Amino acid sequence: MSASATRRSEAGSAHAGPAVSLPPTDASDASAAPAEARPRRRPRWALLGLTPFALYTLLFLAVPTFLALATGFFDGDGAFTLDNLTALAEPAVLGAFASSFWVSAVTAVAGAVIGALVCYALLAVRPDGLIRTFVDAASSVLAQFGGVMLAFAFIATIGIQGLVTVFLKDRLGVDLFADGVWLYQVPGLLLPYLYFQVPLMVITFMPAMEGLKRTWSEANATLGGTRSTYWTRIAMPILAPSFLGSLLLLFANAFSSYATAAALISQGAQIVPLQIRGALISETVLGRENLAGSLAIGMIVVMVVMMTAYSALQARTERWQR
Amino acid sequence: MSAVRDSATPSKLASRIILVVVAVVFAVPILSMVEFTLRAGIDGGHDLGHWAAILDPENSRKYRVLFQGIGNSVVLAAVTVLIVVVLLLPTMILVKLRFPKLQRVLEFVCIIPITVPAIVLVVGLAPVYSVVARLLGSAPWTLAFAYGITVLPYAYRAIAANLQSVDVGTLAEAARTLGAGWGTVLVRVLLPNLRRGVLTASVISVAVVLGEYTIASLLGRNTLQTSLVQVSKSDPFVAVAFALLALAFAFVLLFIIGRVGSIRRIRETP
Repeated sequence: MSASATRRSEAGSAHAGPAVSLPPTDASDASAAPAEARPRRRPRWALLGLTPFALYTLLFLAVPTFLALATGFFDGDGAFTLDNLTALAEPAVLGAFASSFWVSAVTAVAGAVIGALVCYALLAVRPDGLIRTFVDAASSVLAQFGGVMLAFAFIATIGIQGLVTVFLKDRLGVDLFADGVWLYQVPGLLLPYLYFQVPLMVITFMPAMEGLKRTWSEANATLGGTRSTYWTRIAMPILAPSFLGSLLLLFANAFSSYATAAALISQGAQIVPLQIRGALISETVLGRENLAGSLAIGMIVVMVVMMTAYSALQARTERWQR
Repeated sequence: MSAVRDSATPSKLASRIILVVVAVVFAVPILSMVEFTLRAGIDGGHDLGHWAAILDPENSRKYRVLFQGIGNSVVLAAVTVLIVVVLLLPTMILVKLRFPKLQRVLEFVCIIPITVPAIVLVVGLAPVYSVVARLLGSAPWTLAFAYGITVLPYAYRAIAANLQSVDVGTLAEAARTLGAGWGTVLVRVLLPNLRRGVLTASVISVAVVLGEYTIASLLGRNTLQTSLVQVSKSDPFVAVAFALLALAFAFVLLFIIGRVGSIRRIRETP
């Protein structure tokens, strides 16, 4: 939110100042200056071009986020308080954070590796071909296939009467749930989550994979390199920051995913999003106003750490692009 | 040439093995859903009973909420894609060309929706939407303003990846040198080069909107997902059947968008 505010104030100051004193925003622009009217008018016009997006994100991103987080700092009577934040140290809440962490980490790593393999395999497929279009379409549907439909799918597959459960028991004598029914517990989230993590990896990582330039492999071949030198010395180092960026995206995706868990786990609140839902619903019963707000703050702190790391990775990614 | 090709792309065999294994594993839950909807009763056996029930005119009132939800979701998907193409794309190009210093800021803004989960955002969206409802009414499409934000990180990443592999600066400068106006540069020079990124962004946006449940349910709107939940409580078989239909519908839609995109690409770059 502070970002868009900064951008707006920059735009504002540029407008307020006399046009002559505007610093050249672009070196190439200043060198092409003799046309006189143009260099003066264009930066202004260009800044105006940023305002619709800035206004939109301000209204539908900054304002709602501020309102949601602000509730964590107020008690039931609207007075400022930090008491709500102490809830974050409770064992149940800490446990939920731990569960969220390991579910997100496991599914992000597994999803990123499997997804990257699929991207690699897709390089051998014609980009305009049917297979590629099929994979693109299927990935897009599955990546956001979360929520109730995903819960339905896995109850039908590995639920107590699921197709795979029954098959394994009747034909192979293997009882999936010999140690109790784990599908409706935290471990049960792993397979459903992977079902949207892998396709999301394909979607987000494929453009980077396609960005590998043909000239690099030609250079590798010219210098006598093999397939393995191309991948280990050229492609992988170039793709690494992008891969890690996608990995963080997957982690964040799992960490904040709510609908699937809500549909699968009806009892208790084992992960953080379910705790927030519980707090929102039963606020008055618990006698803890605005607990949801403080849980949200805790969640966002985790996310901010992840995204700071992501941004550092992006800075690295750009090194090889010039 | 073929040796060069070999090192950059996997062998046909390796590629096929990876794709087939992943495809089979991912097909199992879908096939299980199909099997689930065909179950005849407690004693086992399969028939088309649950599917016939959907078509039965007697049930049409019972499932009307579902059709309404699907309609709303399609409208929402279209408006959300419009927001991405009209608001996000020009802003990204503008920042890349004219305000490189703001690139970090734009990226930061676009990544925020990931750090702000839907369930957190919806608490703050409720008061915003009470204002929106007063100004624009509470028609289903207004929810697209929220979805445009939800979609931002994915759309941004898709377009940014494409922007990085295209030398936008040189292209724009070349076009400007040849006398093109900014409109021409944007639509006839940059957009064709960014087609894959824009297409990917649109495709992801559509999928996000079709799958969104949290915001719609907590703001009390009727979309595909919320109506599925509603129906699943009374009739799980039909809910699974509709989930399958929704999937197939979304898949076919995205498949067609994908085909149209690649056919046009072939035609324009012979």
